[in-house]
Amino acid sequence: MVLLGTSFFTFIVGHMTGDPVQLIARENATHAQKEALRHDLGLDRPVLEQYVLYVGHALEGDFGTSYRQRVSVGRLIVLRLPNTLELAGISFALAMLLSFPLGTLAALRRNGPIDIIVTGISMIGQVVPGFWLGLVLVILFAVKWQLLPVSGSGTLAHLILPAVTLTLPTFGRMTRLVRTGMIEVLGADYIRTARAKGLHERTVLGIHAVRNALIPLITQAGLELGDMVGGAFIIETVFAWPGLGRMAITAVEQRDFLVVQACVLVTATGFVLINLIVDMLYAWIDPRVRHG
Amino acid sequence: MLRFLARSPQGLIGGLIVLTAALVALGAPLWAPFDPFAVDLPARLQPPLSAVASGGYHLLGTDAVGRDILSRLIYGSRVSLSVGLAAVFVGAAFGSLIGCLSGYFGGLVELVSSWLIDVQLSFPFLLLAIFLLATFGGGTLIIVAILALGTWVNYARIVRGQVLSIKHQDYIEAAHAAGVGPLRLILVHILPNTLSPVIVVAGFSMAQAILTEAGLSFLGVGIDPTIPSWGTMLNDGRDYLQSAWWISTFPGIAIGITVLGISLLGDSLRDLLDPRGAR
Repeated sequence: MVLLGTSFFTFIVGHMTGDPVQLIARENATHAQKEALRHDLGLDRPVLEQYVLYVGHALEGDFGTSYRQRVSVGRLIVLRLPNTLELAGISFALAMLLSFPLGTLAALRRNGPIDIIVTGISMIGQVVPGFWLGLVLVILFAVKWQLLPVSGSGTLAHLILPAVTLTLPTFGRMTRLVRTGMIEVLGADYIRTARAKGLHERTVLGIHAVRNALIPLITQAGLELGDMVGGAFIIETVFAWPGLGRMAITAVEQRDFLVVQACVLVTATGFVLINLIVDMLYAWIDPRVRHG
Repeated sequence: MLRFLARSPQGLIGGLIVLTAALVALGAPLWAPFDPFAVDLPARLQPPLSAVASGGYHLLGTDAVGRDILSRLIYGSRVSLSVGLAAVFVGAAFGSLIGCLSGYFGGLVELVSSWLIDVQLSFPFLLLAIFLLATFGGGTLIIVAILALGTWVNYARIVRGQVLSIKHQDYIEAAHAAGVGPLRLILVHILPNTLSPVIVVAGFSMAQAILTEAGLSFLGVGIDPTIPSWGTMLNDGRDYLQSAWWISTFPGIAIGITVLGISLLGDSLRDLLDPRGAR
């Protein structure tokens, strides 16, 4: 239902970008030739009919043929998608693996040196634009010290800078939420009870505190994963990373709207899937949701 | 307000930063040492602190056509702040209105608006913004509209929740019984009571709006590249990372400080309005 709205919306907006026939046809094409081309592409039919046809084909994995590159859009996506998934996946894993322990640690040693450093880094991650951090990292690591390549892809070294750049904003937000959540839970009555009945500190933290503090964060983690795919659009451009985002931006510049449309659809589908998984995960972990 | 700032050092710092940024933007012609549009090709790509023949210094260096970075930063604050502010106002007004209507009337209005919200939330916002900008072209007004589009959902949800909880309270029933019409009921009796969470969200979306505008302008689909904004300046420096780091570095720092100020202020406002989440 939601995807229907998404696809319809992108289709209509895509339609307003202009006449693709003007883009493809040679400059000296006659009016009749243009009309023939229009007919071949199915652009002379009513908009609604075009839309129904498009959705029908898209469901079978056929997104049409790129106006610019004369290649099937589906193929282009299959080529680029793994790169984006690799970048976003690694960054997501990195952000989660770092933010949960560091946020918890910061909450336990509140106002200690670790807390101040962790909070500081997460603050920076939140307030500066992610791509700017990318630029600064490039200036330092690639230009000044020449440790890592400026841009491109292929080796592990190429992955480091974009992944770190993409990780930082998410790391910032997540760490902050983990810290706040832990602090809140640690002040709760049941923690005091658990401590009062003489439980080992490790048991108190591991079983009572961590579980209760972290469950609400699953939703946020899902949102962050979606955000990363969106953020990858800019980061990929900064680092010339051959992913979906860079392809979409290039297609936007070239007004290749079938490609843009397909990128939007694929990303939106991924988004919806993530939300679905998060909901299911939530019900599985937290019985209150299931029975509520 | 003043007492609150004195009690919350974070809020105070945030407030000072925001105030400074506002003053810089308002008095831009007073502070800027040079004309931000003045091209001076012989003095292109000068590093920070380099002297100018006619006297004075390019404190933060010059860009690829010899324009003074500091002056452009100062003028750029006008664009970045006003775009952020305008986007927040439009988004808050529109979102609150929709939230109010769907909370108050329910039924079809609610159905349609919640479907719209779901559709919108299924897009990564940045992607949506790039897509729309590519379609309708860049420009300040369109940017504001798109940034507002990115935030109205938050207001709509919050206000709707608030309205649902206020709707059946006695004073609303009383006003209703006294013959107050729905429009007046919403505007005078309900809307003002939903305001404090809206203000908190507005703070965060302002910060977000500034970051997003910078990102879009950086990609070249945002603000008209001839107008100095922090985002367009970042984009200007992209091709000179190897030779002139200062062009892209300083706008980023300006954005960071401003967003930090807004976030700090927003945090302490939230603590003030919602004491439950204070600790």
